[in-house]
Amino acid sequence: MSTIYILWLRQIKRYLRSKSRIIGSLGQPLLFLVALGFGFGPIFQKAGGGNYIEFLGPGVIAQGILFTAIFSGIELIWDRQFGFLKETLVAPVSRLEIMIGRTLGGATIATIQGVIVLILTLLVGFRPNNLWAVPGAIFIMFLIALLFTALGTAIASTLEDFQGFQLIMNFLVMPLFFLSGALFPLQSAPPFLQTISKVNPLSFGIDGLRQTLTGSSHFGLSLDLTVLGVLTAILFVLGSYLFSKIQI
Amino acid sequence: MTDLAIEVKDLTKKFGDFTAVDNISFEVKKGEIFAFLGPNGAGKSTTIKMLTTLLSPTSGRMEVNGFDPKTQQDQARKSFGIVFQDPSLDDELTAYENMDFHGILYKVSGTLRRSRIKELLEIVDLWDRKNDLVKTFSGGMKRRLEIARGLLHHPKVFFLDEPTIGLDPQTRNQMWSYIQNLNKSEQITIFFTTHYMEEAEKVAQRIAIIDHGKIVAQGTSNQLEKQTKTNSLEEAFLSLTGRKIREEEVSGVDRLRMRRRMFTGRR
Ligand SMILES: Nc1ncnc2c1ncn2[C@@H]1O[C@H](COP(=O)(O)OP(=O)(O)O)[C@@H](O)[C@H]1O
Ligand SMILES: [Mg+2]
Repeated sequence: MSTIYILWLRQIKRYLRSKSRIIGSLGQPLLFLVALGFGFGPIFQKAGGGNYIEFLGPGVIAQGILFTAIFSGIELIWDRQFGFLKETLVAPVSRLEIMIGRTLGGATIATIQGVIVLILTLLVGFRPNNLWAVPGAIFIMFLIALLFTALGTAIASTLEDFQGFQLIMNFLVMPLFFLSGALFPLQSAPPFLQTISKVNPLSFGIDGLRQTLTGSSHFGLSLDLTVLGVLTAILFVLGSYLFSKIQI
Repeated sequence: MTDLAIEVKDLTKKFGDFTAVDNISFEVKKGEIFAFLGPNGAGKSTTIKMLTTLLSPTSGRMEVNGFDPKTQQDQARKSFGIVFQDPSLDDELTAYENMDFHGILYKVSGTLRRSRIKELLEIVDLWDRKNDLVKTFSGGMKRRLEIARGLLHHPKVFFLDEPTIGLDPQTRNQMWSYIQNLNKSEQITIFFTTHYMEEAEKVAQRIAIIDHGKIVAQGTSNQLEKQTKTNSLEEAFLSLTGRKIREEEVSGVDRLRMRRRMFTGRR
């Protein structure tokens, strides 16, 4: 327990100390909200889609979580490069505990980031159905955060350096975001896009958020939660396995 | 119970086709100060990584404090402390937090942990700076902190991989006198690697000369000189390996390697 706690605490401390990282990572969501939300809003409305900010809000929250979570997982590469990973790996603690602590830490940070983005969306006019929806939404945010932190850690366990990083951003994180239901409604998308979005776990996360916050859903909340839960478990086991194989 | 702290038999590590550590055997007695002396790339760090459970060997046997680092990892890990060649602190944490993190991982209980951290930080002269972020520390301060941290859980064997690289002579002397004291008062076994002749000669009770992954000779400084019919460790080294360790060059290469590693991650 204490091992998990101290690893979690380390992540939180590092996060709170890097103000530039917190502020920097809010730039993108804000840009999406303002440029897309206000830019496409009128067209969306005219086409009968309703209030676009209401639609976009959960998508942008999920984007903030996705980026922060993957990044927290990938931070493992930094620890490897700057040597701190060795300190953790020679300690007499199980690799599983290290993995759990790291992942919980990263997921907590990503959830906090999601909550901050939620507040940003409120500022530009997003309104959840009611305030009681928020705790449920935070729970789903945490699930999304866990899933993608575990994914980031699993990937980072197999990488030795930063070279793969751009590749991950361009061929994994960006597609995950753009090919989910974050920016457009899946109902009216062409079939091939719908198919792609069905193998994209982020789609289910966003759908779950949308259901809890605004009451509209494409897949249904129980399917959303099942997919998120099962995938998180699988990625966690995979990540732990890959992590335990790290040699320095 | 044997009186051996480290026992290594026919240990080999290959990276692909390349043999970094080539069938080495040696023993370190409890309470001894033992040095691995060799040029850059000789296989010193690779050996330490195998002994400290970070790398698994290709073949061979080893024991640290009676535990096999390959199969009895946690028991072995509890019994040693280590200062790595490259920095291994969290720069974004304070000196105290780095110590605390270590103490918790090694299950040193609350009050004991706090008193040991204070004691150790005072010894390495960092108690005044305990609440400063490590990124504000000089190279020497970081090294001292790593030494203090490695001793927090009272290990029986202390590994130091090129501990004095980048330190000025004064800090170097202070560091060694502290470690030698510790060795005497607490009977801690010291295993260190170096490419500085005079360091091996002055500090170590026994030396193994390692080159191209092989141990070419081992013994006290005197034995090595006798064996090669020379008058100094430096000449002995020259006669055994056919070359000198040129320190300026070595440390230059070191820096280059470090920098390359930062960008490519290759080792
Ligand atoms: N992970 C690795 N993959 C491939 N080669 C390695 C790896 N680690 C070390 N080596 C090589 O093994 C040799 C010994 O390295 P090392 O043990 O670090 O030497 P030393 O510590 O004596 O300077 C070097 O030639 C080094 O390049
Ligand atoms: Mg080395």
